[in-house]
Amino acid sequence: MPNSSQLSRDRLIWMYTQMCRIREFEERVKRTFVEHPGVIRGHAHLADGAEASIVGCLATRQENDLVMPSYRCHGYPLVLGTPARALMAEIYQRKDGVCKGFGGSMHLADPTRHFPTASGIIGQGIAHAAGAAYAAQVKKTGQVIYSFFGDGSSKQGAFYETLNMAAVWKLPVVFVLENNEYQAYTHVSLEDANAKAGDPLSQKAKAFSIPGVTVDGTDPLKVYDAVGTAVDRARAGEGPSLIESKFYRMSPHGNAITVPPVPTQFQEHESIEVYGNKAEFEAAKKNDPIGKFRAHLIGNGTFADADAKKIEESVRAEMEDVVKFALASPLPSPADALNYVWA
Amino acid sequence: MPREMMFAEAIAVAITEEMQRDANVVFYGQNMAMTDRDPFVRKFGKDRVRITPISETAELGIAVGAAMMGLRPIVELYMSEFMLVAFDEVINEAPRLRYMSGGQVKVPTVFKAGFGFAAGWAGQHSNCIYGPLMGIPGLKVAVPSSAADALGLMKSAIRDDNPVVYLHHYMLMLDKCPVPDGDYLVPFGVADIKRAGTDVTIVATAWMVKKSLAAAETLAKEGISAEVIDPRTLSPLDTKTIIESVKKTGRLVLVDQAPKHASAAIVIAGEVAEQGFKYLKAPVKMVTALDTSVPYSEPMESFVLPSEEKIISAVKSVVGARVAAD
Repeated sequence: MPNSSQLSRDRLIWMYTQMCRIREFEERVKRTFVEHPGVIRGHAHLADGAEASIVGCLATRQENDLVMPSYRCHGYPLVLGTPARALMAEIYQRKDGVCKGFGGSMHLADPTRHFPTASGIIGQGIAHAAGAAYAAQVKKTGQVIYSFFGDGSSKQGAFYETLNMAAVWKLPVVFVLENNEYQAYTHVSLEDANAKAGDPLSQKAKAFSIPGVTVDGTDPLKVYDAVGTAVDRARAGEGPSLIESKFYRMSPHGNAITVPPVPTQFQEHESIEVYGNKAEFEAAKKNDPIGKFRAHLIGNGTFADADAKKIEESVRAEMEDVVKFALASPLPSPADALNYVWA
Repeated sequence: MPREMMFAEAIAVAITEEMQRDANVVFYGQNMAMTDRDPFVRKFGKDRVRITPISETAELGIAVGAAMMGLRPIVELYMSEFMLVAFDEVINEAPRLRYMSGGQVKVPTVFKAGFGFAAGWAGQHSNCIYGPLMGIPGLKVAVPSSAADALGLMKSAIRDDNPVVYLHHYMLMLDKCPVPDGDYLVPFGVADIKRAGTDVTIVATAWMVKKSLAAAETLAKEGISAEVIDPRTLSPLDTKTIIESVKKTGRLVLVDQAPKHASAAIVIAGEVAEQGFKYLKAPVKMVTALDTSVPYSEPMESFVLPSEEKIISAVKSVVGARVAAD
């Protein structure tokens, strides 16, 4: 595929817009815990900080390629075209939710837009992605499957078993290891042998004799180029690759795990809350992927500051409408719970 | 003319027929399809028939993903205990994804495994794990006791749009019986009355059906008429046929190779207590494995597992009064 320097002005503006949409959506999820306590139940995990990585990856997609993320799954369907209203309504436990209130934040799905499901159990979705790739291989659909998971998942048996099988079977899948530096509340250097040794996590690929690349996940164009190469390889029938996309999760792992009536809103990031390392968090904020990409696009003349502001305003208006829609959407009827147990 | 068929052969025939019928059916597992001489590879090619590493989580997870995208994977697990290292996929992925997605996906896959060894395989390869599985909404469980059922249930399992755990008992694999000709399907959720009787209802699964039928034969010589019912699928469970039988006999003996608290017997006992209490003339009796792991040495293994003698004694304990009165 062409490299990122050949992306059109429209495509670059589309990428910036999608990054802003993910950020604003996640901000509204976060604010909901404060503004509308109780509307979101259970556990929600945000993608702020991952915008460049998500959009850089998905910008390489062809129409029928599939996206199989982990439970931190709000960002991908926004880019794939799932109406943000249906996503927020799902997170707000409403009937108009994309899963009709059966799944919630961790279990979004929109198969009609190439997002089959997400698993809430760490690492298991990696195997599902390889299975979708096996189906693509047997049916000769030409699809590539994008498997997204965190650094924590890469210590699961499912990761090792699946990457080995995907390599042996030369499955058309791209494994994107999103290294956001924290496995839930634990810093990656405390639980990953590569990280502890100061090595990139992408070197896990060596164990499966497949390409392994580490890329700056705060730069959507660098992500686009690294993932594009892996996608080309997968589509050519040469098998999987492992991309370590490095960025910083801007919010804590999830909203606080409590029981009612204790408020369950988001607390401070683990770097501060657990490790007392405010400097680390401040540095990450300075390296915010959205601000960097905005400056880059203004710098190279793709758009002017006023154009960027217009995009940001329209995204804010979209998500304001989304919150209003989701709040107004009815709750499911209790007995709806009996649906969809059996196919 | 019905075909005489061995249990193991019946399963292979079912898989072959379904793979011929539907190009979306694929079949893979460990230590199979190793060379081009493999009969399945010869018939269906290496895309649809594959060898895997010893990686149950990936094997089952790949089946789940492939099933969502339109294939109908059959995973050969050989031994049901190997499923335990991938229980998340069995219990918390395959049966949940349709529900959590609000009905947007389906997961038609078959997890096939042998189970229940009683030939000295000791604690880790002799278990009956269907107890926990039959309580998972969205997951079906088939447990055939004859070659005909093995064939018909496998064909139904492959065509089912839900994940199915298909468990075949090792001790039955060489047993032969006639199998009906043609496209023979055994529907899920329909129990089979393996032997009709009037004095007592015996409900059993898999190898225990064989033992119960042998016990019923012996009891018949002593003037006790036992009805032997095989549910054939534990999920869905045909409680109606069981209750109808209890209505007729008034007595129920449940035979199950699992330890009592992990058995299907205890679930059936609960259903009958709730729905059929008024028909019972005697307390329900359960003949299950004792509460131990399965021991290696033969005398201890026999002591722990249900036997024909234990079934006979349990039946006599519930019909004893009447037989004495007769």
